[in-house]
Amino acid sequence: MVIYGVALLAFCMLLGVILGELLGRLIGIEANIGGIGIAMLLLVLLSGYLKQSFRLGDISEQGIHFWSAVYIPIVVAMAAKQNVIAALDGGFIALVAGGLSVILSFLLVPLISKVGR
Amino acid sequence: MEFFEILESVFVKNGLITSFIFVGFIVWISYFFSNRFTKGRLHGSAIAIMLGLLLAYVGGSITGGKNGIADITILSGVGLLGGAMFRDFAIVATAYGVKLEELKEAGAAGVLSLLIGVILSFVVGAITAIAFGYTDAVSITTIGAGAVTYIVGPVTGSALNADSDVIALSVAAGLIKSMLVMISTPFAAKSIGLDNPRSAMIFGGLMGTTSGVAAGLAATDPKLVPYGAMTATFYTGLGCLLAPSVLFLIIRVFFE
Repeated sequence: MVIYGVALLAFCMLLGVILGELLGRLIGIEANIGGIGIAMLLLVLLSGYLKQSFRLGDISEQGIHFWSAVYIPIVVAMAAKQNVIAALDGGFIALVAGGLSVILSFLLVPLISKVGR
Repeated sequence: MEFFEILESVFVKNGLITSFIFVGFIVWISYFFSNRFTKGRLHGSAIAIMLGLLLAYVGGSITGGKNGIADITILSGVGLLGGAMFRDFAIVATAYGVKLEELKEAGAAGVLSLLIGVILSFVVGAITAIAFGYTDAVSITTIGAGAVTYIVGPVTGSALNADSDVIALSVAAGLIKSMLVMISTPFAAKSIGLDNPRSAMIFGGLMGTTSGVAAGLAATDPKLVPYGAMTATFYTGLGCLLAPSVLFLIIRVFFE
C-alpha cells in the first residue's frame, strides 16, 4: 500500500521535528535544532531495520519515492516564492555580507574535505 | 466576462493543483532550454530555479508582497507547494536509500563544518557591518547573524532588541546568501570537489541555508541532496544558539 510508505515518511518527519523542538527548548532557545536532519536519520534507520525484519514492499516504497522525485519541482516552487525584492532592498551591505560568506564557505569545502581523510 | 471569473475562481479554489501546472510548465521550459541551447551543460533544474527567482521578483514587484509569485491570487498554491512543510517532507524523502555508513564516515567532518560555517559567516557579516560604519554591538551582531541565515538574523535581532531597519538588513543579507547559493552552486561544484556524499555534507554544514543548499544541490546533482540537507538543517538551530549568546558577548568585548 502506497500509504504505508507515505505514513512512514510522515511519522519520521513529525517525530524528528518534535525532537528538534525539544532539543531547542532543552538548550533554551526558541528554534528547532536539526528536526529535519533527525527525521532523515530516523528514516534511514527505520527503513534499514524494516528491510531486515520484513519487506516494506515495492508499492509502499513508491510512496516515498514519489516525494523524493517531486523534490525538484518543490524546490522550484520554493524559489518562486522567495522575497527577492527584500533581498535587493538590503542594498550593498546585504550583498557584501551575504556574497562574501558564500564565497568563503565555497573555498572551505575542499579544505575541510581533506581533514580526517 | 463571466467565463474568466469562473476560470479564476476554479484556479483559486484549487490553488495547489494550479501550482502543479505552473511549476510543471516552468520545469518543462527550463529543460527545453537546457537541452536546446546549452546541450544539457547547464542543468534544467538550475535554469528552473533561476526562472523561479526571476518570477518571484516579478511577483514581488507587481504585488508588493513578500511571497514572490505566490502573492498573485491565482498562483497562491505555489506558496503552499514551495512552503516549508512540503519542502521538508520532500527533503526527508530524499534520505530514503542513503546508507548509514556514508553518514558515519563524514559525520565528524560534517560537525566541524557546521561550527566553522556558522562562525565564519557570522564574522564575515560582522566585519561587513563594521566596515559600513556600524559601531554598536547589537547592530553588528544582528547583521552578522543575518549572514548566517535569514532566520538567525531576525531571531538574534529581536532577542537583542535591535532596530527594525537593522533586522530588515540582516534578513536581506541572509536572503542574498540563500539565493546566491541556489544560483552559484552548480557553477562552483566542480572546482570545489562537490561530487560525493562527504563533500556534500561538508558543503551543507558550511553554507547552512536550507533553501539555498536544497536548491543548489538539486541543480548540481540530486543524489547529493540528502547529504547536504542533513547537515544544513542543524545550521540555523546552531546559529540561533550561538549568535545571541557567545558570539554577541565576544562582539561586546570590542564594541559598546
